[in-house]
Amino acid sequence: MSENTNRKKFLYINRKAPYGSIYALESLEVVLIGAAFEQDVSLAFIDDGVFQLMNGQDTAGIGMKNFSKTYRALGDYEVRKLYVERESLSERGLALDDLMPITYEDENEDYAEKPSLHLVDRAEMTQIIAAHDVVLSF
Amino acid sequence: MSTLHTVNKSPFEQSALVSCLEHVAQGDAVLLIEDAVVGARKGSHFAATLRDKQAACRIYVLAPDLAARGIKDAEVVEGVALLDYAGFVDLVAEETRVCAWF
Repeated sequence: MSENTNRKKFLYINRKAPYGSIYALESLEVVLIGAAFEQDVSLAFIDDGVFQLMNGQDTAGIGMKNFSKTYRALGDYEVRKLYVERESLSERGLALDDLMPITYEDENEDYAEKPSLHLVDRAEMTQIIAAHDVVLSF
Repeated sequence: MSTLHTVNKSPFEQSALVSCLEHVAQGDAVLLIEDAVVGARKGSHFAATLRDKQAACRIYVLAPDLAARGIKDAEVVEGVALLDYAGFVDLVAEETRVCAWF
């Protein structure tokens, strides 16, 4: 990646389930814009936002585009930090295995596929918010 | 290096306020605007939480949004500070980042 002196740490907070509103899809669009401008992009999934990452989404019956595959492609855009809140999962009866396996290829080290999803607790999420320059909520 | 958290949904309808208050760091500021101000009324289900959270963060309400909803200044939970639009702008300028909850 080229030298970028205007690089900031962007955090995109996702708190809504997909398909019931446009937030999840719009968040992805803005995430990709941030990545295109070579920003340091991270995503947070809190509350119903964790449903955006559910494995096995099938939208055939509701006539809407299934955009869940886009999350798996984020690694190709150097978006490799997806923080999922442990409490939000457990409140909804979910665990990490219910989510899509999202990985990226580590071409800086060993070209292995490494996980992009990071399970963090609520206190850690508070610190993650505080560690970013720009926070965008969806 | 603190964060201004804004909340604009009624806590009786949405989880934005509760979720926000669970993610504030020590020294942060929380500003209730639009429908969120209804949670800041004395005797509300959220009054105790808004009082207790003042140990960790500053809590503000936007006065024009209170007035619009017929809530008197004196009816706001103790310790919650009233802000006008100019004060809102000052707060945004003072804090390192803004995090919106809706």
